[in-house]
Amino acid sequence: MKPAPFVHHAPRSVAEAVGVLAQVGPEGKVLAGGQSLIPILNMRLASPAHLVDINQVAGLADVVVTGTEVRIGALVRHAQLEHHDEAYAALPLLRQALVNVAHPVIRNRGTTVGSIAHADAAGEMPAVLALTEGVVEAVSAGGTREIAVADFFEGALETSLGADELVVGVRFRRFAEGTGTAFMERARRHGDYAMAGVAAAVRVEDGVVADARLSFVSVTDVPRTLDVTSAFAGQEPDAVDWSAAADLVAGAIEPDGDIHATAAYRAMLAAELSRLTLAAAAARSVALQQHLSDSEGPAA
Amino acid sequence: MTSQMFGAPVKRREDPRLVTGGGRYLDDLGHSALAAAFVRSPHAHARIVDIEVSDALDVDGLVGIWTHEDLPGRVGEPLPLLIPHPTLTHGRTQFALARDEVNYVGEAVVMVVARDRYVAEDVCQRIRVDYELLTPVVGIANARDGSALVHDDVPGNVACRMLQEVGDVDAAIAAAPHTLELDLDIERSACMPMEGKGVLARWDSDKGELRIFSSTQTSTGVRAAVAAKLDLPLAKVECIAPDVGGGFGVKINHPWPEEVLIPWAARLLDQEVKWTEDRREHFISSAHERGQLQQIRVGFDDDGRVLGLDVKFWHDNGAYTPYGIIVPIITSTQLLGPYKPGAYRCEFWSLYTNTVLVTPYRGAGRPQGCFAMERTMDAIADRLGLDRAEVRSRNFILPSEMPYDHGLLFQDGRPLKYDSGDFPASLAKLKALVGWDDFAAYREQAEAEGRRVGLGIGCYVEGTGVGPYEGGHIQIETSGRVNVSTGLTSQGQGHETSFAQIVAQELGVSIEDVFVTTGDTRRMPYAVGTFASRAAVMSGNAIALAARNVRAKALRIAADALEVSAEDLEIVDGDIRVKGAPGTHMTLGTVSVMSNPLRYAFDEAAKAATQFAGTADYSKPPVADDDEPGLEGKDFYSPTQATFANGMHAAIVETDPVTAEVKILRYCVIHDCGTMINPMIVEGQVHGGVAQGVGGALYERMVYDDSGQLLNASFMDFLMPYASEVPHIETDHLETPSPLNPLGIKGAGEAGCIPVTAVIASAISDAEGFAITSMPISPVELWELRQRHARGEIPSLRGTRHTPSAPVTSAPVTSAPSTPSREAP
Repeated sequence: MKPAPFVHHAPRSVAEAVGVLAQVGPEGKVLAGGQSLIPILNMRLASPAHLVDINQVAGLADVVVTGTEVRIGALVRHAQLEHHDEAYAALPLLRQALVNVAHPVIRNRGTTVGSIAHADAAGEMPAVLALTEGVVEAVSAGGTREIAVADFFEGALETSLGADELVVGVRFRRFAEGTGTAFMERARRHGDYAMAGVAAAVRVEDGVVADARLSFVSVTDVPRTLDVTSAFAGQEPDAVDWSAAADLVAGAIEPDGDIHATAAYRAMLAAELSRLTLAAAAARSVALQQHLSDSEGPAA
Repeated sequence: MTSQMFGAPVKRREDPRLVTGGGRYLDDLGHSALAAAFVRSPHAHARIVDIEVSDALDVDGLVGIWTHEDLPGRVGEPLPLLIPHPTLTHGRTQFALARDEVNYVGEAVVMVVARDRYVAEDVCQRIRVDYELLTPVVGIANARDGSALVHDDVPGNVACRMLQEVGDVDAAIAAAPHTLELDLDIERSACMPMEGKGVLARWDSDKGELRIFSSTQTSTGVRAAVAAKLDLPLAKVECIAPDVGGGFGVKINHPWPEEVLIPWAARLLDQEVKWTEDRREHFISSAHERGQLQQIRVGFDDDGRVLGLDVKFWHDNGAYTPYGIIVPIITSTQLLGPYKPGAYRCEFWSLYTNTVLVTPYRGAGRPQGCFAMERTMDAIADRLGLDRAEVRSRNFILPSEMPYDHGLLFQDGRPLKYDSGDFPASLAKLKALVGWDDFAAYREQAEAEGRRVGLGIGCYVEGTGVGPYEGGHIQIETSGRVNVSTGLTSQGQGHETSFAQIVAQELGVSIEDVFVTTGDTRRMPYAVGTFASRAAVMSGNAIALAARNVRAKALRIAADALEVSAEDLEIVDGDIRVKGAPGTHMTLGTVSVMSNPLRYAFDEAAKAATQFAGTADYSKPPVADDDEPGLEGKDFYSPTQATFANGMHAAIVETDPVTAEVKILRYCVIHDCGTMINPMIVEGQVHGGVAQGVGGALYERMVYDDSGQLLNASFMDFLMPYASEVPHIETDHLETPSPLNPLGIKGAGEAGCIPVTAVIASAISDAEGFAITSMPISPVELWELRQRHARGEIPSLRGTRHTPSAPVTSAPVTSAPSTPSREAP
């Protein structure tokens, strides 16, 4: 379990990094936190001739919260984002999901952007990017482009990123005020890749469900958002049967079986977690609405 | 303090060193050594057609490449069959490098030695081996079927068939008022020590001497085996086990191919060579255990007493049998646990498969036996509508019946005779600890909350401390420092502490002055090894006997010097003094000086021992005819039979009504290993064992596909439980001393893991209302069993509390996720 020989590049700037990528092309692989790449190298499942180690690149470690977005640089570690209070206040789903990413030592080193660029269908953060309708910022020697999440993920471990492109950051869009979110997954052991996971965002407005969306971990090839509002629209959250979206969920997922769980079991989990996360997200939305109306004084 | 070291919960003295990075494990040694790596078979069963190395020869840093045809003499012969047995009629062992056939994925085919491990692996990648594929035999059912063979000359894939019978089982079952049959299945797991195997060899060409460091459980075994393979005098070979990061059984098998090849290469190259096993290698080329299919037929009376027990099982021994049939013999004999079975017959077949070989893993066949017996006890209770603990207690061997001879032969070839134990007292303690009699009320309350809970129980007896012997050597230096040595090895059990406690107690010295060495053939060339929960029993008693010898000598010398009778002396904190007159005294260090007359004075203490220091009695030699110089003593302990520890476990589990996930809410252990040297270490051993047991019950399995590929050969997919999966463990002890040895102790190392699979199966069955017969069990498997149960394919238990119905597909949101409680029910 030792990697094949490779050339290690340690650029100090984005320009330098993309310069190397332009030079080495498909022979190069970007190293950030290394939590997926290093085991792959050690098991010789991949033997890239060049590693472009971006850990020395300046300016990639910032978390920036604006009124509409949370932007993170390519060197923001999972743990940094998880413990970022401003980011949590702006987008609680980040922390709700991040505590499910492996274990603390892995979150200390692994990067959120790296997890998204790796595009593992079992990754939590690609599903979060999907549900927030986020944007990936990619830089190459030719310039910068912004890739909407819907155009970014193309398949398991596949993205629309060019071999010469470096993801320098991603932007998670904040939900409309009063939206409640929840994230749940089930793994064989705490912190393992989930057999299934679900992120939910629900907005209750004027006492009824106005918006309800889901995205999934481990049961779809590419992370995508499923709008399930139609199953609940206009219903009061207390009276909702949150399993009413089961058919929509079943139609949207394509689970595979493996040694840990069959496809049927994963489908059951996805349905059950959808029900649970929708209920939890709705309850949070109700609480947020209550908090908003309390702080604004008695409603007219 | 010298008083009452024995039995005190002394903190482990080795831990500050080990947990702060001060340990010296195999890979910490030999930084300048050449590195070995192996090309291993990618096929489960194939003939080697051709090995092509020409692409690899120009890799910078390559030192050498060897295949079987390069191995001379005994190095090229099959590895030894360590433990022959009359019933092992078709024992087979592998070559250090496969000769013409490979029989499991991972079998070593080519050895590469290079400047470092990176280069060695680069070379391996460039070596091409052509194979002609043969039909792989995977799984016990296929092996038993016998239509394809692992070894052409082993009909039916049967390495061994063994039968032991006490009484007339067929008659007993025929006459019994009730009978039951059970089919059980238990899957493979593995030891998975934190540190894999590893070997470092140094050849001294000037002296023709070999020094081997191996991450082993038996340095004397490796030394003898390598000396034989390399045709070296034993005196020219040393083997040292450095700090060893866990063994759990896999490192007692020896010599591993690498333990022969690395020393051989070091001698050939006249350079240090090292091999450090990586995790993937450990998965596919060391050893697994546990896989068995079992068929049980039992006859019993209206009270649930077993009248006749007929057990057949098929044991998967993997591709070869270097460690004999120890595992299935233990299953067949330890299955009986604390019970009197009436008539008993056990017949087993040990079968070859094209998978990694099977050698003992902590518990060594006992978890399977316990599973068989305890599932049977639960089935009897269910059939009769009796309490499960009550049925067990009605079958117990009673303290008044000890010693109890089962009339069977144990793994050491000696009678299976329990020396002591108080099973009714253990059960009473367990029931009190878990709240057995209050569980019905707890369940009722849980069910009212929409939760599904179950209570499980399992009892076992464990033969520990098997022979043939171990030794202890103690030497007291003039400084008062006490050097203790025993030949068996340590893999983290706390020997530096527990053995020191024994010596401190026996000698009357401070534990701070006692220094323990294990597993170094230079210090103690006579030893067997660390396995079968035997270290405390065997080396503990040997060390105690040695300490008593040293004490007697010290008192004799001091009595002479102080002109008192030895009976009037005591040793307190390393000081020998006259009882009641502590002013008349001398230290053990001074006695050590006096015990060794010197010619040369190199320090103040030595000066006191030179020939002009005292008034000599010219009629006597400086060292008496029947004496030896030095304050030291040695002794060996060799018992007539094993000593039998026992334990009883209970667990409360909760199963998720929708997802079928299993959570252990409480885990309770009553443990009886006789007199305890250190209860804190015993509890640590029990905790670790339970953790491994939880792995075997709910998480771990070796997933082979039909072609013999191990699909989960990494810690990502082989699910050892994390701390987050292991429950809090509640323990209570009973101390029923063994009458067999001076210290009254029994082994504790394997105890924790033995009944866990049985206990968890019992608890899940109780929660679900149908019998669990196949372990380990995963959520998806339980979920599928529920569906089969709902379709009527699996019968309900009679005492079932859950009406069979369509599987619950959704529960009220308020009920999940539930917050399990560790409160006593």
